[in-house]
Amino acid sequence: MDVRSQVSMVFHLDKCIGCHTCSIACKNIWTDRKGTEYMWWNNVETKPGTGYPTKWEDQEAYRGGWTLGPDGQLRLRSTDKRRTVTNIFHNPSMPSMDDYYEPWTYDYSNLFDAPEGADQPVARPVSMVTGEPIEVKAGPNWDDDLGGSPVYAANDPNLDALSPEQRLQMQSIERLVFFYLPRICNHCLNPSCVASCPSGALYKRGEDGIVLLDQTRCRGWRACVAACPYKKTYYNWQTGKSEKCILCFPRLETGQAPACFHSCVGRIRYLGVLLYDADKIPAVARSRDEDLIDAQRDMILDPHDPAVVEAALRNGIDPSVVDAAQRSPVYRFVKTWGIALPPHIEFRTLPMLFYVPPLLPVMSAKKDGAVRNASDDLFADVEDARAPIAYLARLLGAGNEGKVRAALRKQWAVRLHRRATTVGDVDRATADRALRETGCTAEEADEIYRLTALCTFEDRFVIPPMHREEAIEMLEDPHVWKQETGFGFRAGPKREF
Amino acid sequence: MNATPLEVLLFGAAPYAALALFFVGTIVRYRTRPFTYSSLSTQFLENKRHFWAQVPFHYGVLTVLAGHLVAFLLPDAILWWNARPLRLYALEVTGLAAAALTLVGLVNIVVRRARHRMVRASTSAMDWVVYALLLVQVTSGMDLAVSKTWGSSWFASVVSPYLWSLAKFSPEPDRIAALPFVFKMHVVGLWAILGVFPFTRLVHVLVVPNPYLWRRPQVARWYGVRRQARA
Repeated sequence: MDVRSQVSMVFHLDKCIGCHTCSIACKNIWTDRKGTEYMWWNNVETKPGTGYPTKWEDQEAYRGGWTLGPDGQLRLRSTDKRRTVTNIFHNPSMPSMDDYYEPWTYDYSNLFDAPEGADQPVARPVSMVTGEPIEVKAGPNWDDDLGGSPVYAANDPNLDALSPEQRLQMQSIERLVFFYLPRICNHCLNPSCVASCPSGALYKRGEDGIVLLDQTRCRGWRACVAACPYKKTYYNWQTGKSEKCILCFPRLETGQAPACFHSCVGRIRYLGVLLYDADKIPAVARSRDEDLIDAQRDMILDPHDPAVVEAALRNGIDPSVVDAAQRSPVYRFVKTWGIALPPHIEFRTLPMLFYVPPLLPVMSAKKDGAVRNASDDLFADVEDARAPIAYLARLLGAGNEGKVRAALRKQWAVRLHRRATTVGDVDRATADRALRETGCTAEEADEIYRLTALCTFEDRFVIPPMHREEAIEMLEDPHVWKQETGFGFRAGPKREF
Repeated sequence: MNATPLEVLLFGAAPYAALALFFVGTIVRYRTRPFTYSSLSTQFLENKRHFWAQVPFHYGVLTVLAGHLVAFLLPDAILWWNARPLRLYALEVTGLAAAALTLVGLVNIVVRRARHRMVRASTSAMDWVVYALLLVQVTSGMDLAVSKTWGSSWFASVVSPYLWSLAKFSPEPDRIAALPFVFKMHVVGLWAILGVFPFTRLVHVLVVPNPYLWRRPQVARWYGVRRQARA
């Protein structure tokens, strides 16, 4: 057992209101530089929808992630050692700016400087790449809220899982449904970006599992952009280097939640440590599609188990990190309650960001047009929810409907339970039956309710001490630099040549 | 034929100035500006013509450079090879084809850079200098290959000794002075390219994806000394 710690995340989709505050917080801190204008390390997309970049989930087109060969071995879809050499001059799996959008600003000065004339001056859109006027054809969140759109929603790759009737239904006005999917780097356990990098510039931090990209080692071969199936590494066309979400590690190291977590209006984001067995990564990543979710959950270790704690300490994990793991809200959502699921785990990168699937309007228009909130068969409503379970299963369950169904039913049971407790229009016996059928106790239901609805900062973000001070002592002797603070030179990420 | 003072300057002194610039420049840049040690790819901005520009150019130019290197290092081997007409033709045709591939790629590079608005916007003045020098170099080289037969043989018998004379610090510019103008242009072009090399995107030639071919797929970095990660 090789115990390692990983800063992991849960996004509770039922609570996301699609306000994009996370995206803006991230953009203002990290990607408002030249060359990064088009990048959204954090983005929120409407589902069903095509997403950002357009149809990123379609790996037939983008060739991201891993595939399982006939010999049972993992292979990168986009590259391997041989193809890295032959394709080094032109990456055949590289998306282009057209797949994202061309960033622009407006020629505001024209509003002040335009010569006097008969017409009101206007601020024309100007490309942030060329500085020339452009006609805007796409932009960030171009398909925002267009859940029923035949142009955007209908092209969602996940809809392949549905029958033609179901697809049509999803576009009908009475059954129209959409929800939001906020996305950041998943800081995977088997990251394809790291595995594809010809320069070895990408790496996983050993202590906390954050995936980073060494800007100086990066030679701009763009293999990571092609290899990441979530398209969460981005090419900076100005510096010729790739960049990605850094999980705000400078904030984490000072005990603050990442900017997108901190600013989240709906409080949907949870962050905590998971302990996992790194020895199992190769086997887990090679599991059959239907076993992937369970295999990944198995790999995550119980931080209360004395044997795990001992192995963790033996592996050099600090006791304070083990303590954080024991209080981790992510562990509860993923392991204890089993209601948080990894996105597209069939890409086999083993993402460490989990989503609680949304209980979308459970009240659906039934045959006679009547809307009911609790039927006799308690879970018929979940089955009948407006977003077909098959769709959610494609997104969050690697096609495994059982996992999504279980997560939704448990949440539904929690709702019935809390309704019976606080409002009383659902009778106790009904609520208890719902709990029993999902294998959930009243205490557990109350805990889920509390962590979902009443969570404070401290509940949501259990940030382990990162012990950066010790790390620096390991790298260089602090006495050598005593009284020298402020001296020395660092070069900015600039190209003079 | 004795070299004129200008020729002594161009073929006797300029090589050393260019090589000094090359070595000092590349090392200083690597040490002080490691961030800039790569080419600035524009594939993200334009993805189709990029293929027809970069792939022919790079495969072509690598073949041509390999040929020059072999002729420089092993002139006797080239002369031995060229002793049979059929082998000579094969070598000359291969070289010319590689040069043609390079030229096609280079023309595509220049046209793509000039015509695509986003690619043009991310092209620097030094990039244009590089393309101009490369165009001169490739066209002059092709002209030599076609009009001054058989280049591979006289490279080995005339140019290689000249280059070795430079390497031995006893330059013999007279050897070049006797050659036709286009060839002199080709040699001066070489020194020009080596001289500007450290100040252009060309430095990307010096960084190859070397450890990738031998390393494990996954990379982990630990504070201080810890284990290496595996897949």
